[in-house]
Amino acid sequence: MTRFNAFNLLKNAMSGHKNWTEQWPDSQPKSEYDVVIVGAGGHGLGAAYYLAKEHGITNIAVIDKGWLGGGNTGRNTTIIRSNYLYDESQRLFDHSVDLWQGLSQELNYNVMYSNRGCLMLAHTVHDVQSFKRHVHANRLNGVDNRWLTPEECKEYCPPINIAKDARYPVMGGALQERAGTARHDAVAWGYARGAAARGVDIIQNCAVTAIRRNAGGSVAGVETEKGFIKAKKVAVSASGHNSMVMATAGVRLPLESMPLQALVSEPVKPIFPCVVMSNAVHAYCSQSDKGELVIGSGTDQYVSYSQRGGLPLIEHTIAAISEVFPIFNRMRMLRKWGGITDNTPDRSPIIGKTPVQNLYVNCGWGTGGFKATPGSAHVFAYTIAKDEPHPINAPFTLERFRTGRLIDEAAAAAVAH
Amino acid sequence: MSQYRVSGRGRVDTSRAVTFTFDGKSYRGVQGDTVASALLANGVHLMGRSFKYHRPRGAIAAGSEEPNALIGTRRGAGRFEPNTRATVQEIWDGLETSSQNKFPSLKFDVGAVNDAAYMLFSAGFYYKTFMWPRSFWDKVYEPFIRAAAGLGVSPTEEDPDHYASRNLHCDVLIVGAGPTGLAAARAAAVEGLRVVLVDENAEAGGTLLSEPQARIDGKPAWDWLAAELEALKALGVKVMTRTTAIAYYHQNLIGLVEKLTDHLPKLPADTPRERLWRVRAKQVVLAQGALEKPLVFHGNDRPGVMLAGSAQTFLNRYGVLVGKRPVILTSHDAAWYAAFDLQDAGAQVQAIVDTRADVDALLLNEARARGIAVKLSHTATATSGRLRVSSLRINPVAGGTVGSGQEIRCDAVLMSGGWTPSLHLFSHTKGSLTWDDDRTTFLPNNTPEDCVIAGASRGLWGIEAALADGAEKGRAVVEALGKTGAQVAYAVEADRPGTGVSHKELPTDLSAGKAKAFVDFQNDVTAKDLRLAVREGMRSIEHVKRYTTNGMATDQGKMSNINGLNIASDALGKKQPQVGLTTFRPPYTPTSFGAFAGYHRGEHFEVTRKTDIDSWAEAKNAVFEPVGQWRRARYFPKPGEDMDAAVRRECAATRASVGIFDASTLGKIEVVGPDAVEFMNRMYTNPWTKLAPGRCRYGLLLGDDGYIRDDGVIGRMSEDRFHVTTTTGGAARVLNMMEDYLQTEWPDLNVWLTSTTEQWSTVALNGPDAAKLLAPFVEGVELTEETFPHMSCVECTVAGMPARLFRVSFTGEIGFEVNVPAHLGRKLWETLWDAGQQYGITAYGTETMHVLRAEKGYIIVGQDTDGTVTPYDCGMGWAVGKKKPDFVGMRGLARPDLQAKNRKQLVGLLTEDGSKLEEGAQIVFDPKQAIPMTMVGHVTSSYDIGTTDQPIALALVAGGHEKMGETVYIPMPDRTIAAKITSTVFVDPDNTRLKI
Ligand SMILES: Cc1cc2nc3c(=O)[nH]c(=O)nc-3n(C[C@H](O)[C@H](O)[C@H](O)COP(=O)(O)OP(=O)(O)OC[C@H]3O[C@@H](n4cnc5c(N)ncnc54)[C@H](O)[C@@H]3O)c2cc1C
Repeated sequence: MTRFNAFNLLKNAMSGHKNWTEQWPDSQPKSEYDVVIVGAGGHGLGAAYYLAKEHGITNIAVIDKGWLGGGNTGRNTTIIRSNYLYDESQRLFDHSVDLWQGLSQELNYNVMYSNRGCLMLAHTVHDVQSFKRHVHANRLNGVDNRWLTPEECKEYCPPINIAKDARYPVMGGALQERAGTARHDAVAWGYARGAAARGVDIIQNCAVTAIRRNAGGSVAGVETEKGFIKAKKVAVSASGHNSMVMATAGVRLPLESMPLQALVSEPVKPIFPCVVMSNAVHAYCSQSDKGELVIGSGTDQYVSYSQRGGLPLIEHTIAAISEVFPIFNRMRMLRKWGGITDNTPDRSPIIGKTPVQNLYVNCGWGTGGFKATPGSAHVFAYTIAKDEPHPINAPFTLERFRTGRLIDEAAAAAVAH
Repeated sequence: MSQYRVSGRGRVDTSRAVTFTFDGKSYRGVQGDTVASALLANGVHLMGRSFKYHRPRGAIAAGSEEPNALIGTRRGAGRFEPNTRATVQEIWDGLETSSQNKFPSLKFDVGAVNDAAYMLFSAGFYYKTFMWPRSFWDKVYEPFIRAAAGLGVSPTEEDPDHYASRNLHCDVLIVGAGPTGLAAARAAAVEGLRVVLVDENAEAGGTLLSEPQARIDGKPAWDWLAAELEALKALGVKVMTRTTAIAYYHQNLIGLVEKLTDHLPKLPADTPRERLWRVRAKQVVLAQGALEKPLVFHGNDRPGVMLAGSAQTFLNRYGVLVGKRPVILTSHDAAWYAAFDLQDAGAQVQAIVDTRADVDALLLNEARARGIAVKLSHTATATSGRLRVSSLRINPVAGGTVGSGQEIRCDAVLMSGGWTPSLHLFSHTKGSLTWDDDRTTFLPNNTPEDCVIAGASRGLWGIEAALADGAEKGRAVVEALGKTGAQVAYAVEADRPGTGVSHKELPTDLSAGKAKAFVDFQNDVTAKDLRLAVREGMRSIEHVKRYTTNGMATDQGKMSNINGLNIASDALGKKQPQVGLTTFRPPYTPTSFGAFAGYHRGEHFEVTRKTDIDSWAEAKNAVFEPVGQWRRARYFPKPGEDMDAAVRRECAATRASVGIFDASTLGKIEVVGPDAVEFMNRMYTNPWTKLAPGRCRYGLLLGDDGYIRDDGVIGRMSEDRFHVTTTTGGAARVLNMMEDYLQTEWPDLNVWLTSTTEQWSTVALNGPDAAKLLAPFVEGVELTEETFPHMSCVECTVAGMPARLFRVSFTGEIGFEVNVPAHLGRKLWETLWDAGQQYGITAYGTETMHVLRAEKGYIIVGQDTDGTVTPYDCGMGWAVGKKKPDFVGMRGLARPDLQAKNRKQLVGLLTEDGSKLEEGAQIVFDPKQAIPMTMVGHVTSSYDIGTTDQPIALALVAGGHEKMGETVYIPMPDRTIAAKITSTVFVDPDNTRLKI
C-alpha cells in the first residue's frame, strides 16, 4: 500500500500517476474465515478494520451484494453530531465523534471530517423545552451543546430567516460546535483500504443468501451467490436488509424498512457555513466541499424496499428549505436519491450478540447511522472479538425490546439524523 | 446583422432585435435566440470557466445537456439565478447575464494556475493529502477548497416570484415532441384519448427543428410540423412547451415543470414563474430522443470545439454559423451532414476527419463533389488557440499505430462520437437495460410501469424510423387502453439516419499522462483520471464516478456517462455491462426549488388552522402561538401587560370567578357502532363497558410499547356512540392509529371513526361562577350536583344552539365544555362573554391553561411525558383497567423494565430558595459529582405566575414516588438549585372546588 501524503502525491504526479497501487484487491472468497461480515458499508468495513488492527483477527471476509460503500454509506447526507438526549446514546455517538477527529490520520485517507457545527432550530414552545433538555443533559455529560437566541442563530448561519412573523418563527437553537460532516465515500474506501492492507478480503457483488447454522444451533457460515463460506463467527451490518438476512438464521428483528430521500442543489460558492436542522419544519441543510447544498428530511411514510421514493416528500422538504432559508428559492435541485433505512421502535441501534451463538448484529441505524460509523464499528469489533459487548454498546441489546429498557431518542425529541 | 448570423436560416425573427448584456457588455441578438446562440452570432465562444482547472470554455451543445456555458441570469432585484445554461435561456430586452467561477475576469482568470498544476490535481488527490497538520483541514485546506469549488454564486435575496402546482390526469402522456412523440400523439389522439405532449424546448418539433431539409408526406419538414401541430391541437392534444418531465414516480406519476416567465421581457401580472404538474397518466410514451457524444482527445474542451449536431442546430434553428472555417471530426455519419449544412450556409469546411476507414460512399461522393477534404482513419491529438480554438492536430492511424501529425487551421471543431439514447426517465422507473454491442450503447429493456419508449431513445436513428416507431408505439398504447389503433405510415425524403462507431479516448501520439482529454467537461475529469481510478482499484462505474466525479456535474452525465463507461471498461478489460451504468437520478435537468415549494411559502408554507373564535381573540389583541398547524391564543394582554402579568391576572380571575377558554382545537373523534364500546376497551387503557351513557371519563391511550401516547376526556353519548377528545397536536396521529388497528387488527369490529375536530367549536368555562353563568342558557338539563355531576355529558341546547355539554375540568375549578356546531362558536362565546360581565369573566389562553392544570397536577402529554412514561410513572395506574383481557400496550406494559422499581416517576418540586426552575433542566441526587454526572430526571413543567404562593414544578425523577420530601439538585451553569420532592397536586388536593 502506497502511503498517502503530499510527497508521494508529488512523486507520483511526476511519473504520470502510473505507479499508484490498488487501494484494495478484488478478492474472491476462500472456503473458510474466522469472521465473515455481511455488508461492506462503513459499519461492516470499519468492524473488519478494527478487528484486524486492535484484536489481531485478520482472517476476515467482508461480503457485499453490490459494491462496497454502495448502500446507505454512499447515500447519506453525512451529518455528524453527538448531542443526543440519553446517556447511552451520548456515550456511543460521542465515542464516534472522538474517533472522527483523527480518522483521516488513523486511516491515512482524508475523510474530510469538517467541524462545521450543527445547529438545530426550535420553532415552537415545545421545541424550546425539548432542546433545552438536551442542552442541560449534554452539559452534565460533558458533551458540547449550547443554546442560541434567534439572533445568535442568524449570526452563526446568515441564510436563516428569523422573521418573527414567519409561519414557524425561529425561537432559538441548539448548537454543537464539534459536530459536522465528512466525505462518505472516503470513509468506506479508507476503511476498505486499511482493512485490506491488514489481510481482510473484501468480496463484492456476492449476495449472502442465507446464514447457515450447525446442528447445535450455532453459526456455521454463510450461503452466498458464490457458494458456501464457512465461518467461525458471522457479523451482520447489512443496512436496509438486516431483517431479511437475519431471518435466514431464524432471528426476527424489530425493524421497519423505509425509504429515506436526500437531494443536492447545483454547486455554488460558499454560502452556508454549518449544518442546520429544523425538525418542526422538516428539513436540514449543509453545503458540501463541492458547493452543493445537501438537503434531506424524514423518511417517506410507508414501509418499502424501493429506493425510488415519492414526489410529495420532496415537495415538502424543499418548501421547508425555502421557508427557513428563503434566499434559496431560486436555486435548483440537481439530483435526488433514496436509500432504505432500518428503523427500530425506539430509533436507537441494536449492536451486539444475538440468540444464535457466534452471530452478531449491528443494525437499526435508521436515518442516522453514518455519524456513528467509527464508534460503532469500533465497539462492534470488540463485541465480535470478545464475544461480549463493549461497555459502550452494552445497553444497545436486542433484548431491550423484550425487557422494555428502551433508549427512546425518537420519543424524546423526534430528532432524526 | 451580427457577424455570424446567416440570413434566411433558422427559426428566429431577425427583424426583431433584442439587446442583453453579458459581463456588463451589451450584445444584440434576435427574437428567438438563446444567450448562447446570440453570443455565437456575435462571434463570442468563451462563455465560462471549468470547475477545477478554470479552463476557458464555450458552449459544446445547443440544449439542456450543456455542461460548460453556465451563466448567472438576472432580472432586477431579487431575481438572480446561478448556473443557468446559456443554451437554454432565451434572451429578452434587458436580460443581464454574467460568467462564473472566474477572477478577476473571464478572459484572465488567476484560478487557471490550477491548470498548470494539473498533474497534482489528479482524480481523488484530495483523499491523499491535506491531512497534516490535523487542525489545518478546518482552518486552511477546506476553506481553500471550498472557495475554489462551487460554480456560480447563490442568490442572496428573497425570491419575489411565485410558483404554482397542478394535478392532471390523462390517458397518454408523451415526453418529447420530436417526430416520435408527434407520431405517437397522433396515434392516440385520433382514437379520442386524452393526450398530453410535452417538450422542454421553447417550441415543439425536436430534431425536425434542426433538419429543415427533410420532407414528410411531400411537405418540407417545417411546413409539415406546423400543420401537424395544428391538427393535434384540433384533436384535443394538450401540447406543452418549455415543460420538462423531471421525474418518473411509482404508478405512472410524472412530475413536469413548466417555465412560464423566464423568457418574457415583461413579467405578466399574476403569472407564476413556474408550475409543477403532477401528472397521473394511464400510459406513458417516452420519446426523449438521443444525445450526441463528444469525442475524447487532448484539447477537446477548447472554446470553439463543439458537437456537430449542435452546430447544425445553431445554424438551422437559430441561423448562426458557429465558425466560418470549421473542421469536422467524427466517428459517425451524422457529422458529415453538419459539414454540408455549414458549407451551404457559407462556411469553408477545412476538412472532414473521420476515425473510420469505411464510410458510406454516398457521403464520400458528396464531400468530394463539394470539394471538402476528407481524412479517413485519422485521430485527433491536439487543439491549439488560447481562448478559442485555432487549429486541430490530426494524425493517421494504421494498424493501431498513430502516425505523425498535421495541423489544420480552423475556427471551430465540430465533433461527433455518435449518439446515445436518452434513457433518463426510463431509468427512473427502474427499467432494465440491455447492452447493444453494435451500437456500443445501452438500450431499454423492461419497465414495471405502464410505459413504452420509442424512437431515438431506443436507438433508432433518423426521422423516418422515429415517425414509424412513434406511430407503432402509439398504437400499442392505444391498444393497451382497450381500443384498436390504425396503421399509419409516413413518407420521408432527405432523411439522414446514418451509422457510426463508438470510441473510448481517441488514440494519441502524446506520451501517456500528458493528454488532457476531457470526458466530464464541467468537472474537469479526463480519460487519464478514469484510468487512474481503475488502477487504484475502482472497479464499478459507481466507484469510478465517485472517485473522479465523472458524471456528477450539472449535466448529470448527459455528456460524459457513456464515454466514461467505455474508457473505464477498457481499462478494466471488461465489457461495459459488467462495469455497469450509474443510475440516472431525477430531476432530468436541474429544477428550481421554487417549483417544488409551489404555493407552500411564507404564510402558506403550511395551512394555519384557526377556530371560529380566533377572530375574537385577534380583535382582543391576543398573542398567539403555533400548536401543530393551529394557531392558539397564548394570552390576552391588557395594555401595558407582559406575558407574566397577563397570565397572573388570567389565572387569578379563573380561580376567583370565571374564565373562558377556546378549547376548539382539541382533537375530536366520533366512535360509533354496535362494537364501539369493545373498540374503546381495546384502544384505551380504561374500562368503558360500565360507563353509562351521559357520563364521561378521562381516557389514556398507550402505544403498543406501553408508553403514554395521548389522553383526553371521552364522553359516552349513547350506548353505541363515543365523543372522544384528543390532544390538539395528537388528533391526526390518534385517528391514524385507531384506523390502523381497526383495519388491520380488528376488521371484525363494527365501528366507524370520523374526525369531528372541525365540526365542533368548544368553549370552556372554568371557575366558581361557571355553573351560575352557564345555567340560564342551558335547556334540557339542570346544572346541579345531582342532575349533572362532574364528568357528565349530554346533548342539549345552549343559548338556543344545539350542543354537547360536558362537565369536565382541566383547572381544578368547576368546569364545562360546550361544543356547538363549529360556525356557531363565536356566537356562543360572545353570548357567554356578555353574560359573564356580571361575574368579571376573563378570557384566558394556553399559557394560563398550562399553569392552572399544573397546579392541579394534570399532565400534558408530550410535555410531562415524552414517550417513555407509563401510566404508573405518572401516578395514573387508576386509569388502567386491571380486569380487561386486552388493550393496546398491555403487553408492552407488562415487560419487566416497565414494571421495575426505580423508574422515572412524575412528582412535584418546590425549590428551597423559591426560585423558578428551567423546564428541561436535569436533576441529580448528588450535586458534588464530577462530569459526567449521573442524572436522575428532569423538570417537565415549571411556573411562577400562577395562584400558588411559590413557584411550582413537575418533574420526572427516578423512584420519585418513594422519595416524597427528599431533596434533589438541579445543577445549572451558574449555580446548583436544591428542591424538595412533593406531590404533583399543589391546589385543592381534596377536590372540594370541583363541587357546585
Ligand atoms: C438519504 C439518507 C440520508 C442519511 N443521512 C444521514 C446523516 O446525515 N447522518 C447520519 O449519521 N446518517 C445518515 N443516514 C443513515 C446512514 O446512511 C446509515 O445509518 C449508515 O450509513 C449505515 O451504514 P451501514 O454500514 O450499516 O450500512 P450500508 O452502508 O447501507 O451498508 C450495508 C451493506 O450491506 C449490503 N447488503 C445488504 N444485504 C446484503 C446481503 N444479503 N448480502 C451481502 N450484502 C448485503 C448492502 O449492499 C450494503 O452495501 C442517511 C441515510 C440515508 C438513506
